[in-house]
Amino acid sequence: MIYLAIVFLPLAGALIAGFFGRLIGPRPAEIVTTGFLIVAAVLSWVVFVRVGFGHETARVPVMRWITSGDLDVSWVLRIDTLTAVMLVVVTTVSSLVHLYSIGYMHEDEHRQRFFSYLSLFTFAMLMLVTSDNLLQMFFGWEGVGLASYLLIGFWYKKPEANAAAIKAFVVNRVGDFGFALGIFGLFFVFKTINLDPLFTAAPSAVGKTFNFVGYEVDILTTLALLLFMGAMGKSAQFLLHTWLPDAMEGPTPVSALIHAATMVTAGVFMVARLSPIFELAPTALQFVTFIGALTAFFAATVGLVQNDIKRVIAYSTCSQLGYMFVACGIGAYTAGIFHLFTHAFFKALLFLGAGSVIHAMHHEQDMRNMGGLAPKIRITYAMMLIGTLALTGVGIPHVAGFAGFHSKDAIIEAAYAAHTPNNYAFWTLVAAALMTSFYSWRLIFMTFHGKSRAEPEVIKHAHESPPVMLIPLGVLAVGAVLAGIVFSRYFIGHDYQAFWGKSIFEGPNNHILHDMHNVPGWVGWAPFAAMATGFVIAYVYYIAAPWLPAATARAFRPLYLFLLNKWYFDELYNWLFVKPAFWLGRFLWKKGDGAVIDATIDGTAAGVGWMTGKAMRLQTGYVYHYAFAMMLGVAALVTYFMFQGGGVQ
Amino acid sequence: MTSFLTGLGPIYPEIIIAIGAMALLMYGVFRPETDANAEATGWLGVLVLATAAMTVALDPPAPASLFEGAFVSDRFTDFAKLLVIAGSAFALMLSFDYFRRVKSLKFEYPVLVLLATVGMLIMVSANDLITLYLGLELQSLALYVLAAFRRDNVKSSEAGLKYFVLGALSSGMLLYGASLIYGYTGSTNFTAIAAVAQGKAAAESLGLIIGLVFLLVGIAFKISAVPFHMWTPDVYEGAPTPVTALFAAAPKIAALALLVRTMHGAFPGLGPQWQQVITLLAIASMLLGAVAAIGQTNIKRLMAYSSIGHVGYALVGLAPNSPEGMQSVLIYLAIYLVMTLGVFAVIVSLHRKEGQVVEIADLAGLSKTNLPLAFALFILLFSLAGIPPLAGFFAKFYVFAAAIKAGLYPLAIIGVLSSVIGAYYYLRVVKVMFFDEAKDKLLPVPRVPGMIVVAASVFVIFFAVFAGPVVDAAAAAAKVFKF
Repeated sequence: MIYLAIVFLPLAGALIAGFFGRLIGPRPAEIVTTGFLIVAAVLSWVVFVRVGFGHETARVPVMRWITSGDLDVSWVLRIDTLTAVMLVVVTTVSSLVHLYSIGYMHEDEHRQRFFSYLSLFTFAMLMLVTSDNLLQMFFGWEGVGLASYLLIGFWYKKPEANAAAIKAFVVNRVGDFGFALGIFGLFFVFKTINLDPLFTAAPSAVGKTFNFVGYEVDILTTLALLLFMGAMGKSAQFLLHTWLPDAMEGPTPVSALIHAATMVTAGVFMVARLSPIFELAPTALQFVTFIGALTAFFAATVGLVQNDIKRVIAYSTCSQLGYMFVACGIGAYTAGIFHLFTHAFFKALLFLGAGSVIHAMHHEQDMRNMGGLAPKIRITYAMMLIGTLALTGVGIPHVAGFAGFHSKDAIIEAAYAAHTPNNYAFWTLVAAALMTSFYSWRLIFMTFHGKSRAEPEVIKHAHESPPVMLIPLGVLAVGAVLAGIVFSRYFIGHDYQAFWGKSIFEGPNNHILHDMHNVPGWVGWAPFAAMATGFVIAYVYYIAAPWLPAATARAFRPLYLFLLNKWYFDELYNWLFVKPAFWLGRFLWKKGDGAVIDATIDGTAAGVGWMTGKAMRLQTGYVYHYAFAMMLGVAALVTYFMFQGGGVQ
Repeated sequence: MTSFLTGLGPIYPEIIIAIGAMALLMYGVFRPETDANAEATGWLGVLVLATAAMTVALDPPAPASLFEGAFVSDRFTDFAKLLVIAGSAFALMLSFDYFRRVKSLKFEYPVLVLLATVGMLIMVSANDLITLYLGLELQSLALYVLAAFRRDNVKSSEAGLKYFVLGALSSGMLLYGASLIYGYTGSTNFTAIAAVAQGKAAAESLGLIIGLVFLLVGIAFKISAVPFHMWTPDVYEGAPTPVTALFAAAPKIAALALLVRTMHGAFPGLGPQWQQVITLLAIASMLLGAVAAIGQTNIKRLMAYSSIGHVGYALVGLAPNSPEGMQSVLIYLAIYLVMTLGVFAVIVSLHRKEGQVVEIADLAGLSKTNLPLAFALFILLFSLAGIPPLAGFFAKFYVFAAAIKAGLYPLAIIGVLSSVIGAYYYLRVVKVMFFDEAKDKLLPVPRVPGMIVVAASVFVIFFAVFAGPVVDAAAAAAKVFKF
């Protein structure tokens, strides 16, 4: 019952606010959706304790869904530790974002719609994380995609927002195509898409191959890679990342909820959930690691030079998701989920903090027009500072620190313990940590320190946000400080097996969580050093010697432009996919549709008209014509049978 | 005496209506010639039909035969007879307000309808060439008179005369076919014919085949299958509208039932031969019904072509010669009956002060002057066009599914294509009603047609929900025949 309440309260809220929003007005719609979400969040923490520490698991049947041949899909809520963790993350962040939005969106005329979408998103996300079969997961997967599309394009009168929404949708289609193929493939091979039978059957397929255009291809590796393609799209990994920065066109609370804390982590969740399949496909896992490391590094480099406050955080999210995939790829699923968990707190905190800044600056997002804001908005400044400390992973090695310190450093250590070729995973992650530290502090310094570069008028009216926006910041800040210290021993520490139970599968040769505690001492210090270095460079560049950034950019102009233009991915895709697609579309429209289809249809219509005219002329009204027609019919039929030789077959 | 009467059980419905018709004739003749009396006769006629329908419904399901096998009764005849009686009864109910408005309300009308109905019921039960001809002529003679019922109206007289002349021609051909069949098989009884008309010898006997063709042509005339349809548009247009409603409903069903019985009862051994004829008739009817209707401006002519097309679709179900096909034909007829009666209930009610409205252009803006009526007609036309989820869609679905199951893909494809073409002229009427400039207001819809329109629309909309009984009854009726 409690599980059903958690999942369906947001849906109820969404329906009420969506269908009766006009009727009940904006304020009640806000209260209903937010209230339902807070209840769901409280219940989720209850579930978290019961499942994580009481070791309770459950399967809650909702209804029979589809039965067709071998396909038998029921709608069942799967409750185990992994689900419980995700429930907590989703409902907590979502309820805080709902609350925050009451303040942030208070000038918007379409608040009911906004809150309805937010709750709808939450419902879809909960469907995703509670899924007991792949179809249910796909339902949630597409549901969050839809909600994301609706929310990015919430300000639908803004062309950029519409373009970004479509981009997010289209890029995700690419990933979802792979995901769907993976599901089809699993069904084809195992005749089921329910998780438990699938996990039981998966080992039987190890080493089996199928023939693809002359090559023998490993089945499980292929399927795992297809599934991961879905994860790459949803979690904005390298090659399919281009939609995430653009998605920042949506309202900032949306960025915090969907594009930082929850939806984009669905890919990580999926890989962890399907760990029994991924563990059997080591090649696929190597690919996951590689893509994760590459994304962590690539996104961090781009983050170095961005000027839009939200885009910096967006690239940071992209980069942190790379960390999580590295963790999954090397078998440390729990470390990945732990980072997902802590990241949700501090990244949502940073986004909502940025939203507070934007709110204060009257929708100014360019950091070059900020500076010196700290005295104006002290609380926001403090919150952003906590978020930055958590993101950069400040802490005393081998002792304790902010949330990011525990989770991110664990991944870096695990990456070392995994012994990837040349330790590439470890070194790229350390480099990414350095850059993370640099761009995070750059953001703080450019926004809050130094001399103000804003219009005097704007600065004069800069004001602290109302309590309804600050309270969520405070709650998230608590999480950003404490989530690491409190939970690290359960998620990745020595109680981890009891905590996770059977929800995450580790192959018999997977000792990564054990090994990561036995790495040399300097490995623990490496991220600390990177973090400190990054801070120092940022301090020098933006506080001590403010003329340095411009000089560096001039000195390394090609590199600077390369990074500023995000490695030219948008241009590349534009040339590679968008242009040809437009050309093809134009061709099909003009030649295919216009010349062939329309012509055929118009021609048919004209032909029918011609036949109508003939048929009507036959209808003369003379009885003898009619009788003649009948005789002709008889004669034709008789002749037909005579020529058939008396009707012999 | 008792045993004689019980022995006549299967033919009770015909006897009841025949006696009822004669009694009503007496009743009408000996009472003053007023509208009220004429209408009372009409309602008594409806009562007689209802009684007959009750008798049919209470008929024991086991097959029975009378008069040395010349007359049969089983689940199939029960199903068809219920449809025929319903068609006649509702068409009769539609007539009162119409004839009062055109000042031709007469007591002979219900009597003729009842006599025609007796003929149709005998057609349905016929299991002998003689019975067949008896029923067919009894029906036709009554219908010729009905078509010309408005003697003072030129078009009506012309319709009756045309129908009579061409009907006589078709009867001649039918008789010629029957005589050939008798000559080659030595019997007029279907069961006896079936025993002889099978195997290679029968299939190679050109005389028998030609006899079969002529017989088929005679029946095809009655169901107005192309190319024996030429009378239909003229007669439909000229006959008084309630008569047209009757033509479109009951005789079609009776003649199709007769066709089924003749082919399955007398010529199961020549299946491949008559299937070819049926297929050709189906294709020609569907296509012509769809194409020629587009050019019509008169709504009654439009409905004539519509009925030609629908006969084509019903024949599609007959062509596969399979149980599913048989079931689909019966479902089709049931749904077609409701849709047609519904549409004609609307057409019958279309009156202005200056007279009846029959031009499609006169329906312009009906949605603004009488939205409920426009909506009902919209639903019924969409159903005739076969648009889901309305009943007409399921009717077409069943016949096409049966054709596909039997591998008759070309037939199904042509059927679907002609429904697409056909959809155009139905939609055109809807477009005229909803998007064109409104004309003068129509007179209000009388109560009885109004109720029939509502009932038909409800049936059409909700058929998908309560299709079960109809589908089951059709399946049970189809089981009568062996395939």
